This record gives sequence, C-alpha cells and structure tokens, in this order.
Amino acid sequence: MHRPPRGANSAPSQRPLADTRAPDEGDGVDTSPDVSDSIAKTTCYMCACRCGIDVHIKDGKVRYINGNKDHPVNRGVICGKGSSGIMQHYSPARLRKPLLRTGPRGSGEFREIEWEEAFSIATERLSNIRRTDPKKLAFFTGRDQSQSLTGWWASQFGTPNFAAHGGFCSVNMAAGGLYTIGGSFWEFGEPDWDNTRYFMLFGVAEDHDSNPIKIGLGKLKARGAKVVSINPCRTGYNAIADDWIGIRPGTDGLFVFALIHELLRAGRVDLDYLLRYTNAHVLVVQEPGAADDGLFVRDGEGNPLAWDRMAKIPISATDASAKPALTGSFTIDGRHCVPVFQLIADRYLDESYAPDAVAERCGIAADTIRRIAAELAHVAFEQTIELPIAWTDWAGRRHETIKGRPVSMHAMRGISAHSNGFHTCRALHLLQVLLGTVDVPGGFRFKPPYPRSAPPGPKPAGKTVKPMTPLEGMPLGFVCGPDDLLVDEAGAPLRIDKAYSWDAPLAAHGLMHTVIRNAWAGDPYPIDTLMMYMSNMAWNSSMNTVETIAMLTDHDDAGKYRIPFIIYSDAYYSETVPFADLVLPDTTYLERHDCISLLDRPISHADGPGDAIRHPVVEPDRDVRPFQSVLIELGARLGLPGFVDEDGTAKYRDYADYIVNHERTSGIGPLAGWRGKDGTSIGRGEANPDQLQRYIDNGGFWHHDFADDQRYYKMANRSYLDFAVQMGFIPKAEPIVFQLYCEPMQRFRLAARGHGRALPPEGDRQRIETYMDPLPFWYMPFEEAAIDLEKYPLHALTQRPMHMYHSWGSQNAWLRQITSQNRLFVHQRTAADLGLVDDDWVWIESINGRVKGQIKLIDGVNESTVWTWNAVGKRRGSWGLKDDAAESNRGFLLNHIIGDQTSADAQGKRYSNSDPVTGQAAWFDLRVRIVKCAAEEAGFTEPQFERFQQPPHFEPSPDKLTFGAEFRRAREAAE
Amino acid sequence: MHPAFSVVFFTTATGAGYGLLALLGVLGGFQIIPPDLWLGFIGLGLALGLIAAGLLSSTGHLGRPERAWRAFSQWRSSWLSREGVASVITFIPAGLFGIGWIFFGRTNGWVAIAGLLATCGAVVTVCTTGMIYASLKPIAQWHSRFTLPGYLIFSAMTGSVLMNALLQGFALGSKVLLAACLLLTMLGWGWKLATWRYNDRLEIATNANTATGLAGGTVRSLEWPHTEENYLLKEMGFRIARKHSARLREITQLLAFALPVLLLVAAFALPWPFAAVVSVIAAMAQFAGMLVERWLFFAEAKHTITLYYGC
Amino acid sequence: MTCLPSQSGKKLGLVIDLDTCVGCQACVTACKEWNTGGHMAPLTDIDPYGGHVDGVWFNRVHSYEHTTEMGGRTVNFPRSCLHCETPACVTVCPTGASYKRASDGIVLIDEDKCIGCKLCSWACPYGAREFDTDVGVMKKCTLCVDRIYNDNLAEEDRVPACVAACPTSARHFGDLGDPLSAVSQLVAERGGVDLMPELGYHPTNKYLPPRAHTTRAASVAAPALEPVRAEGGFLGWVDRMLSN
Repeated sequence: MHRPPRGANSAPSQRPLADTRAPDEGDGVDTSPDVSDSIAKTTCYMCACRCGIDVHIKDGKVRYINGNKDHPVNRGVICGKGSSGIMQHYSPARLRKPLLRTGPRGSGEFREIEWEEAFSIATERLSNIRRTDPKKLAFFTGRDQSQSLTGWWASQFGTPNFAAHGGFCSVNMAAGGLYTIGGSFWEFGEPDWDNTRYFMLFGVAEDHDSNPIKIGLGKLKARGAKVVSINPCRTGYNAIADDWIGIRPGTDGLFVFALIHELLRAGRVDLDYLLRYTNAHVLVVQEPGAADDGLFVRDGEGNPLAWDRMAKIPISATDASAKPALTGSFTIDGRHCVPVFQLIADRYLDESYAPDAVAERCGIAADTIRRIAAELAHVAFEQTIELPIAWTDWAGRRHETIKGRPVSMHAMRGISAHSNGFHTCRALHLLQVLLGTVDVPGGFRFKPPYPRSAPPGPKPAGKTVKPMTPLEGMPLGFVCGPDDLLVDEAGAPLRIDKAYSWDAPLAAHGLMHTVIRNAWAGDPYPIDTLMMYMSNMAWNSSMNTVETIAMLTDHDDAGKYRIPFIIYSDAYYSETVPFADLVLPDTTYLERHDCISLLDRPISHADGPGDAIRHPVVEPDRDVRPFQSVLIELGARLGLPGFVDEDGTAKYRDYADYIVNHERTSGIGPLAGWRGKDGTSIGRGEANPDQLQRYIDNGGFWHHDFADDQRYYKMANRSYLDFAVQMGFIPKAEPIVFQLYCEPMQRFRLAARGHGRALPPEGDRQRIETYMDPLPFWYMPFEEAAIDLEKYPLHALTQRPMHMYHSWGSQNAWLRQITSQNRLFVHQRTAADLGLVDDDWVWIESINGRVKGQIKLIDGVNESTVWTWNAVGKRRGSWGLKDDAAESNRGFLLNHIIGDQTSADAQGKRYSNSDPVTGQAAWFDLRVRIVKCAAEEAGFTEPQFERFQQPPHFEPSPDKLTFGAEFRRAREAAE
Repeated sequence: MHPAFSVVFFTTATGAGYGLLALLGVLGGFQIIPPDLWLGFIGLGLALGLIAAGLLSSTGHLGRPERAWRAFSQWRSSWLSREGVASVITFIPAGLFGIGWIFFGRTNGWVAIAGLLATCGAVVTVCTTGMIYASLKPIAQWHSRFTLPGYLIFSAMTGSVLMNALLQGFALGSKVLLAACLLLTMLGWGWKLATWRYNDRLEIATNANTATGLAGGTVRSLEWPHTEENYLLKEMGFRIARKHSARLREITQLLAFALPVLLLVAAFALPWPFAAVVSVIAAMAQFAGMLVERWLFFAEAKHTITLYYGC
Repeated sequence: MTCLPSQSGKKLGLVIDLDTCVGCQACVTACKEWNTGGHMAPLTDIDPYGGHVDGVWFNRVHSYEHTTEMGGRTVNFPRSCLHCETPACVTVCPTGASYKRASDGIVLIDEDKCIGCKLCSWACPYGAREFDTDVGVMKKCTLCVDRIYNDNLAEEDRVPACVAACPTSARHFGDLGDPLSAVSQLVAERGGVDLMPELGYHPTNKYLPPRAHTTRAASVAAPALEPVRAEGGFLGWVDRMLSN
C-alpha cells in the first residue's frame, strides 16, 4: 500500500541496465537519437480508462505516446490502443468542417457550412423548442466523459430527456452496487491488489478500468495469489486464471447464490461485520397485505429499528452500544417483524439454491461450486490480514489494527448486460458483504468519492417541464420509491427513454438505447430534435440495427421525417454521421480541453481521490471545435441561465474557462485540485485562474493521498467520513450502511399491491411485484424464457478485443491490422454436432433476424455459447475504409440480430429488451442457432447496406503509410 | 515456402547451365568433343545464357538489386555469398575457355585448363546453391542429406540432356552420352522419388510444442496476430493441397523423367535428324519438368514459422 | 560482418511470462509506435485502410489453446526476435547487413547494406524478420537499441518499449548472460524455456511457461465445508455466535 514505486513495471527485472552507457560497438548505430522537442502530459481517450499519457512532439508532429509513470490510473503502462493514438489522431475518417445534409438521410450527401451557419441553425431550432416545450429536445451523449457539463446543460435547457450511454452499458452494475453498498466496481472501486489472496473475476469487459485491472492481475501473478474467473469465454484475462469456470451466460446469479448457500450452511459468514456495517439486523415488517409490509420498522423519527437481544426491546439500528439480534421473529406494537438476516437465511438456505440444484443450469459441476465456496471461506476466515494501523470508526470506537479478509471480486458487463443483471450484481455484493470483505485489507475497496449512501442522494429532476425554465435539478439521479418516478397521473413515462417509469424504475443512467424507437413511435410523445454526441447509434451502439436505421429515415404521412431533426457531433465519419441533418465536427483527444471530474467519473484510486484534464497538445488542422466548447457557446446563444451573465453575455469563453470558473455548489467546481486564489485548497475553494496550468505542470492530473488510517472501512471510518464531507463527496459524516435488503424496492412492490399514491398501470403490476424484490433473486433471462430453446439452442455473446474501443479501432491503421474480420467462435463439440469445420461460413439466426459470418472452432468456451468480437463489422463508406476492407465484407455485427424489444406479453405490450429494474440493455440475453450457408453464399457477410457517400473534401485514404520516416529523415539530415 | 518464379527459374536454369558448362569444360578440355565454332558458340552461349538468365532472374527476388554487388563480401559465412562469388569466378575460366574454343578454335593447352577450371567452378557453384537450401534448419525438407546431392544430380542430368541435344543437333551424338543421359535421368528420378518418400515420412522434432515452449498435449492456434496475410505468410506460409501436390508430382515425373527417358531411348534407335529432334524435345520437356519440380521443392517445403500460425 | 562474434560481452534479451500475458497487444503497438520512428524507421504499412493491409511489425501476439490431460488453457504468445547466440539469420547474410553485436549480443540489420534477398528471414525459425517491400530491405526488432542506451531519455525510461508498456508486467529485460542478473534468476525460479531448442540457435530470450494445471499453480488447500453442527442448525449457530 502507500505510494507505490514510480511506474508499474519497476521490478528489478524490468529496469534499465546498471550501466546505460552505449558500448563501443563501432557499428555506427545512433544509440542516442533525439526523440522529442517537447513532452505534453495529458489524458488518453483511446477508451474509457482515462490513463495518463506523455505525448512526445517532434517537429510539430506526434512522435510517440507512452504511459505517464506518476499517473494513478496506469502508472506508466499503456495499452494497445493507447500506443496507437497517433493513428487515431491522424485518422483519414476525421471530419473536417460542419456539415449540412443535402441528400436523403443516411446517404452521406452533405455540404460544408461555416460554424456561424451551424450555430444559427441549431440556435434557431433549439430556442424554438425551449420557448414552447423543452422536452422536445432529446439530448443523449454516448460515451461522453463530460456528463457533469452535458447533464447540467440539459437541466439548464429544461429538458428531462438527457442521458449518456450508461443505460446500454453497465447501469445494472452501477445501480446494483450503489443501491447495495453505495459504490460499485470499475470507476467506483477496485480490489486491494496488494493484499488480496483470492480474486474472483466475473464477466469482465476489457475496456473499463483495463490498465488498472491488468496491473493488478500482474501483481497477483507475481505474488502467486489465486485468480478464479467466471466467464463463458476463456480469452483475455480469463486465459491467465488459475481456475476458469466456463459458466453458462445469464446464470451467474444462481452460481453466486449457491456459494452463499454453502457459506451460510457452514456458518462461514462474518456476523460481526454484518452487524456493524449492514442492515442485516434491521427489522422488517411481516404483515402480508398491509401498506407497510416489507418496510423497515422505524421509530417516531424515522430511524430503522433492531431488536436488542439482551434487553429484549426494540432499539435504534444505529445504536452502537446495542446487541442486535440477527435472527428470530418479534412483535412490536402488535406488528410482526423479523431481522433482514433472518430473511436472507430463509431465502438462500433453501435447497433450490443448493449447488446440486443449480449445477446443471450453470453448466458448472456441483463439486466445483462447493470447492470454490470452501476456498472462499478458507481464505476469508483462515488467512485474515491485520495491518498494524489504528483507526477510529464513526461511533468513536478506536481499533488498534485494520482487519481484512483477503478475498476480492470484480465484475462487469458479462453479468450486468442481462435482463436479470441487476439482481445478479446485488447478489455479488451480498456475497462480498457476507464474507466481510468490502473496503477491508485484501478485499474490494472503494474509490472516492465512493462510498455514498445507498442509494446516493439526488433524485432525478423532470417532474415538471416548463418553457424557458431550467429543471429543478439534474436529469439523472436515484429514486427511493414510486413517488420519485417521472411518470404522469396515469403512470405513463415523462421521459422519452421511459427512464424512471414503471418500465425501468431504477434507471440511474437513462435508457439511450430506447430513444430512437420511442422518438420514431411518438411514444410517450413525439420530439422535435434529437441531439447526440459520440455514440454510434446507427450501428454498433444500437440493438436491432436494421430497424433502427429504418426508423431514423422513416417519414410520416406528410412526407416529413418522423424524427424531425437530428444534430450529431463526432470527430470521425462513423455510421451515424450520415443520419444527421446537422453535423458538428469534434476534435481528437489531443486537440482539446477536458476534465475528468470528481463530479462525474474521476481517476481516483482506493488510496485517494484524483481528477485530471486534457489540454490541446497539437493544433487542429481542420475547421473543427471541441463539442464541449460548442455546447457552451450554444448555451450562451440560447441564453440558458447558467451560461450567460446577468447582462446576457456569455459566461464562459470556452470549455477551458468553464472548467476553471464554473462552481456547481459554493466552492466546488469541475476540478478539485489547486483551488482557491492561491491554489492551496483541495476539494473546496474559490476558482483559481492558474488551475489548468497547475494541472499541466503536475502531469495533467491531481491526486490526493490518504493518511494511513483513512484507507479502509471508508463506510464507517470517522477520519475518512470527515474528509469526504469537507470534499463535498457526502453531505454528512454519517456511516454508510450496506443495504442487503433494499427497502426502496419494496416500496415499488407495495405500489403494485395498490398501496400509496403513485400506482403502476394494471398491466405492469405483476412485473413490478416480481422484479422489485428487495432481496436479490435469480430468474431466467427474458429471451431465454420466451422462446423455443430447441430452435435457438445457443447463447451468443460479444466480447471487446482489448486492442479496440467499440467502433473506433477500425479507422486505426495499426489496430485494424490486428483484427479486421471477426469470426464466430464455436465450441469444437458444438461444431462437430452441427457438421461444421474451421472457416465455414454460417448463418447466425435469432428470433430477430440473421447475419452471416465465418466460424473459428475453440475449446475454451461454454459449450452452449458462441461469441464474436464486438463492433469489428463496418458499413461500407464509413471510417475512411476502402470498399474492399475486410470489416465491411467479411466482418459482421451481431447487433443486427439482437432485438431491441421483448416479445409481447399477455396484454400485447412489448418492453425494451432490458433489465426490468434499471432498464439496462440486455445484450447478452441473445439466443441463436447456426446453420451452414450454401456454397455460393460463403465468403461475404450479410446483411449488406448501401455504401455511404463521402463528405465534401474528404481525401481518399492513402495506399501506403510510412509514418515515422520523416523523423528519421530529419535526424539523418541533422547529422 | 512461396515458390517465387524468379527463384524457381533461377535454380532450374543455373542448374542446367552449370551442368552444361561443366560438361563442355570437361569434354572440351579432355578433347572429347572437337573444337567447333558453332558448337562452341551455341553450347557455351546456351550454358552461360542459362546461367546469366538465372542469375538475372534471381536479382528479381531482391529488394535492392542495385546493391547486389555487396553479396560477394561474406563468403566466409554465407552460402549465398559463396554462390555469388563462385558463380562470378566461374565466368573467368568459362570466358577464357570460350574465347580459346570459339575464337582460337582450340581446346587444348591453356584452353583445356580453363575448361577444366570452368567445370570445377560450375560444380562448386552448384554445391553452394544446394548448400543455401540444405543449410536452412527451419525447413526440414531442405535441411536433409537429399538436398545437396539432388542439386548436383539434377544439374548433371539437365546439363547432360542439354549437352546431348546440342551434340545431336550438330550430328555429333554419342551413344555413351545418350547412355549417360539415360542413367542420370533414371538416377534423378530415383533420387526425387527417394527424396519425396523421405520427406513424406519425415518425423520432425520441431512442432507447435517446441515452437511455443508449451510442453505436452496439443497446441492449437486460436487467433493469428493479424487478420490479413503478412510478409511471413506470403513468403513462408505457402500451403499446397495434398491433391494438388500429388498431381504436380505426376507431372514432374512425366516431364522431367519419364518422357525424356522414352525419347532418349528412341534417340538410340533413330537416325539423324530424328534423333536430334527427339533429343531436343527431351531436353525441353525435362527443363519444363524441372521447373515444376523446383516449384514443388518450394511449395512442399514447410518453414517452422507455419507452426506459429497453425498451418 | 556476418561471422558471429566469438563471444559477446553481454547477452541482452527479454523474458516473457506466458502465465501473465493476457494478449492485450500493448507490447505490439508500443513497439510499432516507437520503432516506426526509430532506428529502422519507417515500419511501412501497405494498403492501411483496405482489404489487403500488410504492415511491418517487430512483435506479434498469437493466441493458442494448449490442452493436456491436466486440462486446457488459452495462451497468449508474444513473438519477436530472440537475439539468438548462434543466429543463422546472421551467418546466411551475403552482404554483412545482418550482424550480431559483440558488445551486447543484439542482432541488428545495417539497412544500407541490405540487398533484400530475404534469405535471413528463411533462416530464422521464429519469424522474427519482416520485409519492408516499400524500402526493399529486411527489418527486425532492435531490442530498442535506440532506447536502452539513449542519453536523451530519462534513465528510468531506457528499457525496450514493449517492456515499458506491458500492463500486466509480463515482460522483463536484462542481461541473460549474467547468472546473477534479475532476469536470469527469474528464469531459473520459474523454469524458463527456450523456443525450438532442438534447432540449436540458442535463443537469448526466454519464455516462462503458464502455471495453471502444474505444480506451480496458485492453489488454496481448503477443507470441504461442513454444515454447522449447532443446535437449531444455522440459525442456532448464529445465536450461539452472537451470545459468545
């Protein structure tokens, strides 16, 4: 722990030679060439990890990029994408100038316009909307790292219709964690890599927290700690696991419950931890039919109660001196109640969760499940860690050491992108908490500003939408009951994406994946303008691509587009750009300012908070502008309250000016470092005009290191909690209680039973009753439950290649050489059963359609699963690729056959193909069959789409690249 | 290995050319064939022409042919450099022999010495060529005791069949030479069959396990490091279907061995000019057959790099 | 000079840990990026945006499935020049372009002497050499000879680009001729192996084999879980634990 040595790769076997003087070889090799004129330290954007990079500039060009050794995220390492940033920066697909559509939508026919014209078109359109009905602007921002700005902009505009891409990414993981432990994996927390002895990795996507995970895995391997991976596919991180459990997709919850069952049965749970840090002892009303059935028993002030097993009286659950009962059944004021833990024991000790009962469905031998449960218990309880550091808890109790159970876990999209993902994520956290391994040495640790209360405070704004009026808060937040939903009197959604409606009550990240269909259908209402930023919604970011494209181009009876106007900002000519009416060209990541803010997704690690910036290290050679600056100017032109001074003049010059001078609440702005006039404050303080320079001088980031006693038990650590309040992370220095039983969910259930003011429509009641269970449970993913499994016997998944970030990699001359065609990986035995051999071309068929691709046989995959690399298939005419590129001829996109809606229920209603709790897109529910295609169909992918026209003044991509030759010529000329 | 035409033609043409040169040198030098202007001119012209064309063709394989002169420098370690040196040095006695024979009309004295030296040069050059291939450990089919003798036998075979065609053309045909041609062609045939048989049964200690250091069990390629073919696969990853290969072996045997044998036997019985015609056809058929043989020599050679690609 | 040095002062090379490599391609592109502007610049890419893209790279990562009686494992396998002690790629070179440095054992190409005959690539069993068709010369890994001694880089950065980049710490660098060096000790400790030792090239680079399904694998000697024996089953156990 503490500050690690400079750089991750600093083992003695990774250091420079003891004597780095060049030997006298006499071969004329220049061993000390000049490498750069200057080094600019900024933040990578080749994926979502936000690593620190050193950009070496030579003769005004980027010579090379390496990892920043001091940076808390990557500590000097850099991934395959990061080193290929040059090829992204000089991509032939870069947009050059604002574009206005001239041909039909989707053709790619545009004319170039000046920025002034672009601004006036957008301003006129948006100001009209704002004057009449602000919700007619839907603003969705994709893989945006500036959500604290974009969300605030939407709020100032007055539209509730804002979200980024979280709804189709991993909101189950975020919400599952935030509603349970007040934090989650990836940006929210990390395993204690230095101390853990047993690490379980569930369904990980390799572009979130990827370098930190890789660095961590390297540490575990160096120490010989055991790595267990639970994943249908045995590639990437799973390849190096000591134990690979090739689980059947969608059954992780069952597997986890079986582990919990085993641990409970053997009495291998940390009761002391449960009593101190969770609501395990809180009493739950057990009065079926009553309006408070399943809610906590509370005192007059609303504090939850527990039962003191010594005094045999109800006591406040937060009374540190009490001796609460964990089991039993009690009667208080004539009302029957039991502690949460009793409900947990009742549920998970049931034989339906026994290893033998789940083994077949999981595709994991019962003995394996029992063995893993035994290993977890052994490491957690027999290999306990004790750090000799004294700390004080929230109640003032001093502890002489920090105790830890060195079992840690990490999970990501593989478990969250299912329609049962929310409950599975909760199940994982329940397992961690039962083992007493959250925020302890060797366990899973929070990254500040987490933990926050479970769930965090702010509720979503947007109940009332009025012309020329900002929302009363931010569009995204956390609901605690039906009264917080954004629905009308009849229970119909108020947001275009139906987030926070009965369809998806805990939709903490919105549902971007539903916007195009809903806007097309006018359900719940038609909109006027769809404004989007860097998300490839006409291709790999949408389910059901073929219909999505049709919806984007569909006309109404009057011959007008059903989605009347689309504004889109992107740096590259993606498959979505041709569908925009107005295109605002963005810069590359090396040409812009950005802030990686504590208000959004910061770069903290478990030993302290941090944030970072991007700053322009090279000048754009095109007429492009950073989207955030464009948004700020648009805000000023529209006169949005936060963006203009009282005299109506623009408040911020550009994004850089905003980053420094904007204050969200008093003294708290986008950046936490070097605040105050003199730059001596952290977290809170006046704006500092030199702040950006201080960041640049420090390598592009700010990081604060905790004192030793603040590093663990942050949910109940007085010193940490005081610090968190001072920084503005949490409002009060109160302990964060892990919510094993999620009371807010029970409130929705009660509404489904007819209690309360806001009631779900009749047709939704059974769904709410079933899925808003306050304790995690497992159910079959929706698609699997709805279809004929004989006809569609296989699961189909995508994985992200570690060297690609969604669709971006294919425009990159280096990365696309590694993968320009994706194969469908099929288990050897499955292929043999179907009479398929390596390299065969097959139709991959789902209930939603079919797509053609080439197969590769594999052993390391769950036998009932096929999978392929994500987003390699491309549409002809996009991304600067030539017409014969493998991506558009042999590569394929599984999205074409993933439905965006569930099958119709008894009432004929079709929901989004999403988790019923959070609205997370259920990408991995897909079921398919594969059929060998006819000989004449082999060799090319289908469906094929019309080739896009190229924007004006787009130069054909080069036939040859000799990048770097110029540096050598310059060196040789100088000699 | 990719059968680049420049290299296939190079080894076939220089093999035949050096074979012919060696025979001319030794037969001329020992005065077995008479000094004849046209025979000398055409014979040596053909030999040196084949050699020159082959060498020229081989530069087509070079990335920087203008630097080819540098290849003479590393004769101490490199068989390719030795081949370059030997091939060029051989031109000196060959040239002197030609001048003596063609312009001075003699094949004795210093001309004879030059002829014999040219023969030695030709043999040495063919050896160096053979050693280029025989020394390459990553290609088991080449790194065998069959390769060097094969180069020598095929050089002698194609050279003698050419020599026969030449002499027959000048009505100087000899039963001894015809017999030698027949014997050499039979030897070549046998050697090729033995080589194929050896290669087909080759048990190569190097496999995907030793290539990757992964001991025991099976090692199966899952994904290449790149989707499209790269230099390594284009140059060394050439694959030939078993069926295709069998067919080409048949064609090789027919053209390079069977047909020449039949025609040479016929030449025993036929009078001039028919013997000359069949001799020339035999030489042409054999040369074509040897091009196919040499193409297969490359196509059937498996470089260890293919182990990394699982192909 | 393509004769091999009689002995090299040092044997610099890499150690690659197959137990830790996740196949992320970081070393691959870090190498490409440094070297396309480095000693052998450029590493030309032909048809970079088309259907027959083919570039020059010094380092490539394969993936394999290794299956034994003990079980199966996916292995990511980086492949680059091994800087052999007896490299035939050097001795076959007719021009002296290919050479092994006496001082540190690095195998290099002097591009100005290379005629592009490609024989060295035939002589290398490991596929370490790639031909640049645009320049007409052979190119290969330089072990970052322009980094490891580079006075213009901070001392701590004087390691090969692939080693600096590797996110999982699966790559190591040092003098494998010195049995006391950290890399030599790592090889000894982890049972590092040569690739194709039977060919006798004596590679300097070593590979550390995967540990899963071997006696070196991380394991937990956990006794099987038994149900609690307390009166009243699990709930009885909870009560008893709490009253203690």
